[in-house]
Amino acid sequence: MTDHTITEPLPQLPCQDLVEVVTDYLEGALGDVDHQRFEEHLAICEPCVAYVEQIRLTIAATGRAGVQGEALPADLREGIRDAFRDWAG
Amino acid sequence: MSEPVDTTAAQADAAELRLVERLRARDEAAFMEIVDAWGPSMLRLARQFTPSTAVAEEVVQETWLAVLDGIDRFEGRSSLKTWVLRILVNRAKTRGTRERRTVPFASLAGQESEGDFHAVAADRFLTEEAKYPRHWGSPLPRWEAQPERALESAETLALIHDAIDDLPPAQRTVILLRDIEGWDGPQVSNALDITETNQRVLLHRARSKVRAALEADFASAA
Repeated sequence: MTDHTITEPLPQLPCQDLVEVVTDYLEGALGDVDHQRFEEHLAICEPCVAYVEQIRLTIAATGRAGVQGEALPADLREGIRDAFRDWAG
Repeated sequence: MSEPVDTTAAQADAAELRLVERLRARDEAAFMEIVDAWGPSMLRLARQFTPSTAVAEEVVQETWLAVLDGIDRFEGRSSLKTWVLRILVNRAKTRGTRERRTVPFASLAGQESEGDFHAVAADRFLTEEAKYPRHWGSPLPRWEAQPERALESAETLALIHDAIDDLPPAQRTVILLRDIEGWDGPQVSNALDITETNQRVLLHRARSKVRAALEADFASAA
């Protein structure tokens, strides 16, 4: 992990490091200093803005990719229904 | 006290309350409705912990029985679906450790967070000697500029499915719960009995790989 004192100027965050902390950033898990470096980097780096956007769109698209239109195997479904009927008496 | 009410959330709460009431009243149609709606993702989730589809199916069946037996005690502190999935994950984990005789989930989770990981291939970045060391070597396309349908198309969703299927099991389980089921970090780390940091590393690796799969596909289509 990085460890720097606030009194020194913050070292630039290279793009290659940014892509590895993007999840921590989105999760709010970066420390204050690293969070600041992340945002300072985004302010000056087009490709990294595009990268973070790609990650956000990936998350959104994954959210739409659930098991839609799939059905349970018929015998399992029947078994569950029978169990319900036993329970409901 | 009157507080501003988010009507959508309030309507969802009301619908959920009605659903729970109907289940308690032994309404078979209401029950089968959620069995059909949630069953496939339950089966998929159970499969992550169990050695075979047959065992996963048993876990799903047992889970519904446990849900019925417990429905009177359901307090609504989480959504009904989250509560059902919690029961499922617990049972699947227990069955998995009993039957699999291989590594328990927590060990998988540990293994899959170790070692070097590159969210993006190293050759996409400039070298240490460059003027801007370790910065992107070439610009990245804005996906926002992609036609809407590219990200919403059935092909893209199928591609995401395949990318998730290709993940190692712990990463796959975390992304299923986080990004498909919409759980938050603490919910997932609690249910899976892993640390929040571990959960985040698994999520990071999973999402990065899915992004890379989409990128490769968009690049080949361009």
